Amino acid sequence: MSVQTAQIVLQITTVLYFISMAGYILFLFNQKKIYQKTSFCLISIAVAFHFISMVIYTMATRYAPIQNLSQSLSVAAFFLGCMFLFFQYKFDLKMLGVFASVLLFVIMLAVLIMVPDAQVKQNDILKGFWFYAHIFMVFAGDASLALACGAGILYLLQEKGIKTKNPGFFFKRLPSLDLLDNVGYTCLTTGFALLTIGLVTGFIYAKTIWGRFWSWDPKEVFSVGIWLMYAALLHLRIYSGWRGRKSAIVTIIGFLIILFTFIGVNMLLGGYHQAFTK
Amino acid sequence: MPKIILIGANHKTAPVELREKLSFSIEEIIAGLELLNQDKDIKECLIFSTCNRTEILYIPETGEKVDKIIDFISYHKNIDISEFKSSLYVYKEDEAILHLFKVVSSLDSMVVGEPQILGQIKQAYRTAVENNASGVMLNRLMHKAFNIAKKVRKETGIGDNAVSISYAAIELAKKIFSDLSQKSVMLLGAGEMAELAVEHLLSNNVKHIIVANRTFKNAVDLADKFNGQAIKFEEREDALKTVDIIISSTGATDYVLTETQVKQAMKKRHHNTLFFIDIAVPRDIDPKINTISNAYVYDIDDLKNIVESNIEQRGKETIKAERYIEEAVVKFLKWMESLAIIPTIKALNDKISTIVDMECKKTFLNLKHLSQEDREAIRRMTQAIATRTIHDPILFLRNTGDHRDDSLYLNVTRQLFNLDLPEGK
Repeated sequence: MSVQTAQIVLQITTVLYFISMAGYILFLFNQKKIYQKTSFCLISIAVAFHFISMVIYTMATRYAPIQNLSQSLSVAAFFLGCMFLFFQYKFDLKMLGVFASVLLFVIMLAVLIMVPDAQVKQNDILKGFWFYAHIFMVFAGDASLALACGAGILYLLQEKGIKTKNPGFFFKRLPSLDLLDNVGYTCLTTGFALLTIGLVTGFIYAKTIWGRFWSWDPKEVFSVGIWLMYAALLHLRIYSGWRGRKSAIVTIIGFLIILFTFIGVNMLLGGYHQAFTK
Repeated sequence: MPKIILIGANHKTAPVELREKLSFSIEEIIAGLELLNQDKDIKECLIFSTCNRTEILYIPETGEKVDKIIDFISYHKNIDISEFKSSLYVYKEDEAILHLFKVVSSLDSMVVGEPQILGQIKQAYRTAVENNASGVMLNRLMHKAFNIAKKVRKETGIGDNAVSISYAAIELAKKIFSDLSQKSVMLLGAGEMAELAVEHLLSNNVKHIIVANRTFKNAVDLADKFNGQAIKFEEREDALKTVDIIISSTGATDYVLTETQVKQAMKKRHHNTLFFIDIAVPRDIDPKINTISNAYVYDIDDLKNIVESNIEQRGKETIKAERYIEEAVVKFLKWMESLAIIPTIKALNDKISTIVDMECKKTFLNLKHLSQEDREAIRRMTQAIATRTIHDPILFLRNTGDHRDDSLYLNVTRQLFNLDLPEGK
């Protein structure tokens, strides 16, 4: 069990994600069920491999693989895969796989390109129950919100065709607006709940390490900002009927901000989250 | 060489009264197959009968025996020959195969692309098999027919476009709402068109129907018919709070629902989606309503456009389907030809010779010390063994007669020796 083995398994995982992406793209055009089914199985296997790779890494180094940006992206992809499997199982929204598999492959490609062999400086504060709870919840939450964005994109595609009375390429391929909106909403509420717990555990973790809950770290500020935005969206949705198109657009924007928070904030603005995103 | 013949009448050749008289019930089919089975002139046969067609597919022992089948229909259905003979079509060999493939693939249906026909013919074939009426030829033919039907359905879009206005409207409704059985419908106006649309919707089990009409009595009548609820025409704005689909067909010259009315209603219904189907001319529903979020308005022209593009699409798909079918017919004819005695014996000989050549070459490669004569001798011996081995089977195939079914043995031979290999299954 060595870091190299983990790396090889991770490469196999990426290849599997790639094949499933190719399968989903074929499915997008061809609509043969066999493509979708095969690709879905491949993603399931890939997620399993991904997990194995993380276990091997942890066993070899005694640290969870979230020490640098490459590794935390990889963990993000893993959670995205898990949440996708969950939502696909729940709703059977086949076209969501196109979005998820492309995103998964792009992330994994970035993971492999980003100097994966570079020696990782172990950081002893990245340990403990609150740390793992924080990581787990935030990543699972972000993954759900990413899928909410995917469902939002699909909603907008279908809605545009129906609104402009020009049912085209996507009309037959996508299910009803109701269902798409429902998937988006479920992803959104799930993601929001996970994110909330993630932030709370993050504050507790900060207290145990630095002795204070809040320290104006840019990532903290952005995360709370994102949380407030989604909270506002949910509020508007429940009390002012912000469903459908508006909700879809906000979830897409929300995910773009999450992406920026995940990658951009650390690169541009610094802060102590930077430690594991170099 | 056996002939495949198909006799029948369908919606294109016979009016509905005559089709009713010619149609066979399942019991009649079984009795009919039994009757034809006892006939020495008919080798294999199959009867299928739906509300749009009655067809008999058979393989005669010799000749064509068309009159015999016509007599059979007349006798079995107790109907005078002169009454139906002019409505019959008789297809032979490749034409019969082509027709069968078209029927199974739903190209010959009244509504092209409708999916029931395949199941109906499968049922007819099962009946024929259960009653020992089908043999080598029909078994293969029917399997090929089911394959081509499946291929046409899978690879062409022939079955998936709405080609009528009410059907197109319902397709749209299904892409807006996930479950129509949870949705309520309001009818504005009690005209004939509205009735038609509702009948379609009812077959999709909507939750509730409300009818609003200027003449309240007509609203009540229509509501009774569909087990719905009648309301006064002035109440329509209130009803917007609860309904999801609005079908409008009044004779009004002005819009009966305006943008402001719908905007206000939207707030009350928490912006849940509204779908307006406006089949009135002049229009009833203000087209500006379509700009309100979560409201969709389709008028009769929008629906017509969709239907037209679907028909165009279906036409293109039909051409594609016909190409697949013609290919399948050519393949089947090739197989039938190969089922003759001479080609089978030739194929068998060729196969054996190829094996002998290949094996000799392989052996000689390792036995370089042999002289030319030795090689010749070995080759002659190998060839002799091979020839003697297939001598008896060939003799058996040549020795026709004995009232036996040659195509059966030829088929077995081809399968045992795997002679159809390059063609695939």
